[in-house]
Order: sequence, then structure tokens, then C-alpha cells
Amino acid sequence: MKKRMQRLWWAVLSLILFAPSLSLAAGAKGAPIVIVADTRKLDGIMAWWANMYNESHIQFAVLTIIIIPLTGVIFGVLADIVMGWIGIDLKSRELAEH
Amino acid sequence: MDWLYILMPIAGVKIFWPGLIILGIGVGIIGGFFGMGGAWMVTPGLNILGFPMAFAIGTDIAHMAGKSLISTMRHGKFGNVDYKLGIIMLVGTVVGFECGAQMVMWLERLGSVEKVVRWIYVGLLLFIAWTVFHDVAKRKAKEKAAAAKGETLEAGATGVEWHKTLHKIKIPPMVHLHVAGIYCSAWLPIFVSFLTGWLAGILGIGGGLIRMPALIYMIGCPTHVAVGTDLFEVAISGLYGAATYTYKGRTELVAAMIMLIGAAMGAQVGAVATKYIKGYGIRIIFGWAVIGCMASILMKLVQPWLPQYKALLDNSATVTVLGLITAMSAYIFIKMVQGVKKELAMKQQKI
Repeated sequence: MKKRMQRLWWAVLSLILFAPSLSLAAGAKGAPIVIVADTRKLDGIMAWWANMYNESHIQFAVLTIIIIPLTGVIFGVLADIVMGWIGIDLKSRELAEH
Repeated sequence: MDWLYILMPIAGVKIFWPGLIILGIGVGIIGGFFGMGGAWMVTPGLNILGFPMAFAIGTDIAHMAGKSLISTMRHGKFGNVDYKLGIIMLVGTVVGFECGAQMVMWLERLGSVEKVVRWIYVGLLLFIAWTVFHDVAKRKAKEKAAAAKGETLEAGATGVEWHKTLHKIKIPPMVHLHVAGIYCSAWLPIFVSFLTGWLAGILGIGGGLIRMPALIYMIGCPTHVAVGTDLFEVAISGLYGAATYTYKGRTELVAAMIMLIGAAMGAQVGAVATKYIKGYGIRIIFGWAVIGCMASILMKLVQPWLPQYKALLDNSATVTVLGLITAMSAYIFIKMVQGVKKELAMKQQKI
């Protein structure tokens, strides 16, 4: 019984790891609406960003996925520095209860 | 006052940017404190600021990924994240979510399901709110009984103890979840995450609102660990969601970044606030958040029966959500300031 359950466990785990198509359920079947960014009123970095959106969604997505966590971490660390400067202990939590 | 508005390069609308920062701070504090993404709060907020619906969800998910990541890091340092449990649950969540999403599409082919789904959501929220307050009442009763005997209740005592029954199921492989202090069958977190993921998929939500109480009541996590571990899941699923929405061109990065300025700092405040509030305090506030969310959905649901009050109900739903964000983030912030003052005073006494 134990062996069987362990075999089942590994089977389920490998199925999930090696079947990425499972995680594409909801996405592809929606109406293919194309949104184009209007770059006429934009200049500088905003125009560059909007142009990238129009030209390549892959590039746009890759950059977004890099920028988002990076921004989060930068401002989070900034908040950390401020809270540490105030004197808050940011390394331990004495409370250990439900 | 033109400088207070910024033109969104993709959506093409002018947005009041301080509003984005304020919204970010509010949902950041609440998210870091409860361990959830808070899409039910952000989407109406973005709509009010003038965001087209097509971009509201993607932008919300993108900012959620960033803020959850920083909250997870903070909770991780406090020892509130059980990474092993988080990874095991991620498996069930992804599969469950996709099953739920597939099921909704199948139901859509049969007929309109939107209203049914919303009523299920209300029922589920009602059940969660009942569980939380029932648990609180039961623990208070235990405290009273212990006090009557001249004893004090142990710190880890809980009111509702469904997890103890579930831990008796010993189907191999068994796992030790050291941070959460749990020894159970690996199938339990997989089953629970599949269930919560499936529900989230059906309801079209991130799932933090369901997963956090499930981690407490079904798996038996201490409240703080449930918050931290849930945030770990939100961060990973948020990044995946942000990638897919962005690839479909539905993310306004400029707005997400402006929101993140507030949300990343708010999330730190929320995460640190859990240091000063006891587990049951977090549960009670969470219960009220669930009730607020339920009230706002109900106001939308009853509109077909009360068409003459449609505008009033719509506005009331928005006011409820925004009022809830303001009240809760203010309360958490005040509690944190009080806790910090106490901690600093104690430090000075030691010197």
C-alpha cells in the first residue's frame, strides 16, 4: 500500500512538472482583440515603451516581468532601511502562537 | 493641476497618479497583513481612477506580484513562511485553478453561469466569515473555562480544530512541515490547495481570500505562518499571471510601477504589523474584511431585483470597498505604530 501510494505520488508530481499544457487552460480561447497603443501624444521613454508594446509583446512581457519584481524589491528595501533606521527589529518576531 | 495626471502609454487615458500611490499603500498594507493579493479591492479602485476594465486586471496582477514578493521576503525573515508547504501547495493550486477555469468554460457553453458563480462566491464568503467568528467564540469559551479552573490557556490553543481530524489521515508519503510545526500526509496540502485552486479558478479570483483560512483551519498552520506561506504562493502565481496578462497586452506597466511605489512600502508595513498583533487579532480583522467583500458583492447581485436603486447600489459597493481599504489600513498602521513605540520603549529600558 505504502509503495503504491508513493508511486502514485511520484506519478502525479511528474505529470504536473512535465505537462505545461495543463497550465494553459483559460488563456488561448478568448476573443482575439488587438489593442494598439497610440504613440502620437507620447515622447521619450513613454514613446519607446508604447512602440515596444506595438512591435513585440514578447519583449514587452519579458521586460515587464523583470521590472516588476525589481521595483518591488527596490522600494521594499527602501522601506526596510527607513524602518531599520527608526529602530524596529526586522529580524525576529517574538510572538509564536496561533 | 495638470502635473497630477499622467498619460498611460498603452491604455491612452490620463490617470490621477497620487490616487494610484494611495491605493497601492492601502492594498499593500492589507495584503502584507492578511497574506492576500486583494484583487477584489484593487479592481474597483482602478476603475474609479478611470482605468479601462481590459487593463485593470492585468495591472492589478502585475503590481500584486511585486508587492507579494517583498512581503514574502519580510515574512520569511520573521520565520513566517513554510517554503516546503508553499511549494507542495503550488502544485495543487495550479492544477486546481486550471480545472476550475476549464469547468467555467464548459459551464459557459451550457448557459450563463456568471450569476451562479457570484452566488457561490457569496456563500463561500459567508462560510469563511462564520468559520472565523465561530473559531474566535470557541476559543473565548475555552479561555473562560480554563480561567474558571484557575488555569491559563496555552498560547497555541485554537477554537476550531478541524485540522486535528484531518491530520489523523496517514496516507503516505508523510511530510514534516517544520516551520508550520505540522506532520501530515502530503496529500492533505495537495488536496486542500487543489480545492482552493479549483474554487479560485471557478470564481475567477486569485484565491488568497480562500487559501489563508484553509491553511489555518484545514492544514493547521499558525496564523502568522498561514499569512507568510499564502503570500509566497501569491507572489509566484502573481508572476505567472503577470507574464500571461502582459503577453496578451493587458498590463499597463507605468500604472503598476506607480502603484508599486506605495504597495511595496505598504506591504512592508503590513508584514511588520503582524509582529505586534496576535494571531487571533489577525483572524478577527480578516473576518471583517471577508464580510466587507461579501457586502460589496451582494450590492451588485441584488441589482436585477432593485433596478431603481442601481446607481445607488453601485456607488455603495464602491464606497464599501474603498471605505474598508481606508479603515483597515489605518487600523493596521495605528497598531503598528503603537507596537513600534512599545518595542522602542522596551529597548530603551534595557539600555
